[in-house]
Amino acid sequence: GAEFRRFSLDRYKPGKFEDFYKLILHIHHIANLEVMIGYADVHGDLLPINNDDNFFKAVSSAHPLLRVFIQRQDEVDYSNFGTNTLSRKKKALVTLRNDNLRRRPHINISMPHDFRPVSSIIDVDILPETHRRVRLYRHGCEKPLGFYIRDGTSVRVTPHGLEKVPGIFISRMVPGGLAESTGLLAVNDEVLEVNGIEVAGKTLDQVTDMMIANSHNLIITVKPANQRNNIIRSSRMSGSSGQSTDSTASHHSLPTSHVLQNFHPDEMESDEEADIVIEGGLEPQHIPKLHSLTSSSLSRINGSSLSHRLQRDLVLNNNSGRESNGNIHKLLSSLKTDPRHSLVIPRGGIEEDGTVITL
Amino acid sequence: MRRFLRPGHDPVRERLKRDLFQFNKTVEHGFPHQPSALGYSPFLRLMAIGTRSGAIKLYGAPGVEFMGLHEENNTVMQIHFIPDQCQLVTLLDDNSLHLWSLKQHSGASELREEHRFTLKGPPGSPPSATQVTAVLPHSSREVLYLGTESGNIFVVELPSFRVLEDRTITSEAVLQRVPEDYCNRRSCELVEALQEHPKNPDQILIGYSRGLIVLWDLQNSKVTHHFLGSQQLENLYWQRDGSKFISCHYDGSYTQWPVSSDNRQPEPLENLVPYGPFPCKAISKIYWQTTKNGLPYIIFQGGMPRASYGDRHSISVVHGSQQTAFDFTSRVIDFFIIFSSEPAAEFDDPSAMVVLAEEELVVIDLKTAGWPAVHPPYLASLHCSAITCSHHVSNIPLKLWERIISAGSKQNIHYSNMPWPIDGGTNIAPDPPQRDLLLTGHEDGTVRFWDASGVCLHLLYKLSTVRVFLTDADPNDNMNTLGEDEWPPLRKVGTFDPYSDDPRLGIQKIYLCKYSGYLAVAGTAGQVLVMELNDEDAEHVVDHAEADLLQDQEGYRWKGHEKLKTRDGPVRFEAGFQPFVLVQCQPPAVVTSLALHSEWKLVAFGTSHGFGLFDHQQKRLVFVKCTLHPSDQLALEGPLSRVKSLKKSLRQSFRRIRRSRVSSRKRRGGSGNASEVQEANAKFDQDALQEMELAPVQRKIEARSAEDSFTGFVRTLYFADTFLRDSSRHCPSLWAGTNGGTVYAFCLRVPPAERRMDEPVRAEQAKEIQLMHRAPVVGILVLDGRSTPLPEPLEVAHDLSKSPDMQGSHQLLVVSEEQFKVFTLPKVSSKLKLKLTALEGCRVRKVTVANFGSCKTDDYSENDLAVLTNLGDIQIISLPFLKLQIRYPCIRKEDVSGIASCVFTKCGQGFYLISPSEFERFSLSTKWLVEPRCIVDMPEVTSNNHVHNKSGMDNTARKS
Repeated sequence: GAEFRRFSLDRYKPGKFEDFYKLILHIHHIANLEVMIGYADVHGDLLPINNDDNFFKAVSSAHPLLRVFIQRQDEVDYSNFGTNTLSRKKKALVTLRNDNLRRRPHINISMPHDFRPVSSIIDVDILPETHRRVRLYRHGCEKPLGFYIRDGTSVRVTPHGLEKVPGIFISRMVPGGLAESTGLLAVNDEVLEVNGIEVAGKTLDQVTDMMIANSHNLIITVKPANQRNNIIRSSRMSGSSGQSTDSTASHHSLPTSHVLQNFHPDEMESDEEADIVIEGGLEPQHIPKLHSLTSSSLSRINGSSLSHRLQRDLVLNNNSGRESNGNIHKLLSSLKTDPRHSLVIPRGGIEEDGTVITL
Repeated sequence: MRRFLRPGHDPVRERLKRDLFQFNKTVEHGFPHQPSALGYSPFLRLMAIGTRSGAIKLYGAPGVEFMGLHEENNTVMQIHFIPDQCQLVTLLDDNSLHLWSLKQHSGASELREEHRFTLKGPPGSPPSATQVTAVLPHSSREVLYLGTESGNIFVVELPSFRVLEDRTITSEAVLQRVPEDYCNRRSCELVEALQEHPKNPDQILIGYSRGLIVLWDLQNSKVTHHFLGSQQLENLYWQRDGSKFISCHYDGSYTQWPVSSDNRQPEPLENLVPYGPFPCKAISKIYWQTTKNGLPYIIFQGGMPRASYGDRHSISVVHGSQQTAFDFTSRVIDFFIIFSSEPAAEFDDPSAMVVLAEEELVVIDLKTAGWPAVHPPYLASLHCSAITCSHHVSNIPLKLWERIISAGSKQNIHYSNMPWPIDGGTNIAPDPPQRDLLLTGHEDGTVRFWDASGVCLHLLYKLSTVRVFLTDADPNDNMNTLGEDEWPPLRKVGTFDPYSDDPRLGIQKIYLCKYSGYLAVAGTAGQVLVMELNDEDAEHVVDHAEADLLQDQEGYRWKGHEKLKTRDGPVRFEAGFQPFVLVQCQPPAVVTSLALHSEWKLVAFGTSHGFGLFDHQQKRLVFVKCTLHPSDQLALEGPLSRVKSLKKSLRQSFRRIRRSRVSSRKRRGGSGNASEVQEANAKFDQDALQEMELAPVQRKIEARSAEDSFTGFVRTLYFADTFLRDSSRHCPSLWAGTNGGTVYAFCLRVPPAERRMDEPVRAEQAKEIQLMHRAPVVGILVLDGRSTPLPEPLEVAHDLSKSPDMQGSHQLLVVSEEQFKVFTLPKVSSKLKLKLTALEGCRVRKVTVANFGSCKTDDYSENDLAVLTNLGDIQIISLPFLKLQIRYPCIRKEDVSGIASCVFTKCGQGFYLISPSEFERFSLSTKWLVEPRCIVDMPEVTSNNHVHNKSGMDNTARKS
């Protein structure tokens, strides 16, 4: 059973977490309980409020409503935090790796749940030490992927000795982009695979297209230019999973399989199933832009993220093309306050130059 | 489960695939790109064209064609047929000679290279010593005479190409008897021309570039006559009886010389500068043709007054008092005259002149008064105006076919009725299985209808949309009509005219309904025309509507071109397709997609701003939908405007040349402009190159977002009668796919036929699908209950297709550039998909449903998707399970314009441009294969020796 309260806070001076915590306990008359406070962020993710900083962040991200979830400390399932918890059924990759890992009771080392994963190194156990497989989580993230790739030459060890072969390299990182912020990719890293497909023999444009096509869930295998930061593991110590292969330093070729080994292709696709279909024939329903808390378990949204939901609202109001086109404009203007949508009409008005090349 | 059902594991299917699919490039249609040499065999009645890329193409009667390619890909400089043989020799610009022959193989003739040879001089000699400048295949068929830059003439044996050193004609031997003072003034220099005596095969005429001409006796190896020309020599031509020959010169003059046994140093009979007295350009080739009535035909290339007409590409025909200077729009490569090759005939009696210009083939009928042009059955200049789009319609009903032909024949009345004079060989290919039309849209606002059924791509009818609009083009701008006393008597011939006066007229999309004869064309300035086929001329008003695709979007400023101005009042249209409705999109952006439903009488059109639906029965706009993302304006002003300005500046520079051509009559140095432009272009190219080098080759990796540019660009429109709202009632619907991966579906209410004019057509948006990967939607298709694509409008009404299955549930196939995806209908939920880009890194460029029949049994056929990717590969993907069947490399991936021009047919064939002027035809089907199959028989060789001499006529060196 859940119950709801609605109250207001000063957006600009929210005060201290300590006070907020007390306020919550007071409002709910549960002063004697240990509770965990969480909130729904703009992407529909459940994030914790447990210090002044994330409290401030939570309040400032409210527009204007902030959904706050309160749970007993002993009932909290920490794995619910992060990764689009509120909007998706399928778990993120951390738990996909193998079943052993998933079933293992959660060890609460510190508070890793305060953060949403933006990237991870995966398949460490099956890759040579010189390679690194990086997954970039872009779902609902405001940050651009933010990197560039280029052509280059790479030196390979072959039975005939060293051979120069063409390769694809990371050429530039956009400051503040996702790729840069992970710290897992760097300029001059050689790209070996994109989502399990080898890039050898493919042109820069092909690799670009592949990366963009996979951008919702991009997994790049690189050979880092800087090999000093590699994880040194002795061959028998990689016991994080029961499936350690004998991929030692001598094992220099990549797995021949075209599909990532520990990775079921269906799961890779899970993220993108969510094409949005809008039944325009219905009466436009009014879907409030901000959902007030009705139940602590209700909040899975059908689309993949709230931002889509907003667009959806937009089109719903616009279902009968001809008459209501003008509404777009008004709607858009009304959305100006939403910082994530750069739908704001620029001051100079919209101009365009009409020539389009048709080939 | 899926991984176990991969294609390739089922042997039955594998066998079936072999019976269904097969890739062949079958024939090249159109005009060879950059032709460089021309040859003709009066014996075989075949013409040969060589190109700068080393291709050699032979043409005879319609359907008879052969192609060969020199391995070296070097420019073909000269082509000479061996007299009375199915053989020819080509000279390339690397000084190599190649012997080709037509050999019969399994019932058809094939062109094959037999030998190659490069003339080698003695060690230490300069390369010029053996640089071949003139080739004479002797009528004995045993030897070739090779004139060189050094002035020596080498003799090589055929077909071995063995040099007969003892028979070499050295310039020293030739100069022995030449008067001292003449000799001192000029050395021989290079051999310009070699001509065999028409009656006496033991004598050859040798012309040296400095003007000396000698008659050489092959038997006695000595000079019998010296002709001391005073002007730099260009070419020579024998009169038929061998009593006289004519020489033409660099200064624009020609000279007649008598050949008689008593006179060893003849004086010229006549020396004439036809376009004098002011300095003239060279006459590079000349013919002297005798006729029964005594008046000869003198036909020569060039010779125009240097100052005012030096930039013209002309060939003059003089016959008594008649004189015409045919004025070609592109450089003349070479020409030949078809005349009586009957050895017994006393006179030449020329019948036709065949001119190979750089961009087209022009044939002039010399027998009919007025010398009209002959309509060539092949070698059509597809690029008379640049091709902007193409549309293929298979299996045209006979009725429509005949009406189009009849409309076309009314346009061709100014052509000669002469049967095609180049008629060698026999076409033994089976008759084309069906009547196919290829429609090409052009930059000048015309649509050309080509008969694409067989090997010869033949122009049936040309439609111009220009008449509907008011353009800058001055209708009275007739450069051709010159007064009677105008000198020189220039007459423009040919159809090649790449200059478009108004680029807004360009045709971008074409849709023809073969059952109703309705045609919709759409263009660069947002114009959409709906036309109807009318067998008579008619004058009527075109109904005009405007579609404001932006609706109430505020603050937009269109910076592109203005919309086209329309003509007020009734307009006269010739028989053929006559427009009756004009819709102009606002803003007047290029129309990017077009669909016509002839049964519902609706036309849908889309631009980068949105799309609209027009009822062409009631002439009423049904609705418009803006698809524009409000933040898109940056991209619209971005890189594209730069491209545009580039194109614009090029166009302007062309216009400048054109203007200068017109006005250069009064000015000197007309040709200076061209070189200036060339310089400017070269500089421009260099700048562009530099810019490319400076920018590092790197690619940004970023997910597509709603804010990307051109997301609103409407890529595809599709009409379907399907279950859009619920599974019990189907209704007409319109589907639109955008660049941003959005699909819009509109439910349409079309009143029944009896109330069609009384009630309005209504539309209501029923669905909107946003593909998560946001890639551009390039194709939309509905599959019926049997998973068969829905038939075309009126197809069922004409009993040409089964009615679609409306019982089973329908499926929606959405093809984006990145993946294929099948959804259920009416509830749109994803059923299956095939990812292309994520796995292979290639993107869909073109996609069509094609029907493939089995070559083994007549009763099996299936529908598949034919897909062209941005890498130039063709993939065939099965329906409805989306399994990759087969993949063929087809177009080089660097050939962007080739890939963009590709059009598939409904029977598994396709066309793409290999040059601006040539379509390559390919076939994916084992069943439908249109390729040349022909046979060239050796005509019976007459014992009469004289026939040999006539074949020597085309062996004059080509001048450029």
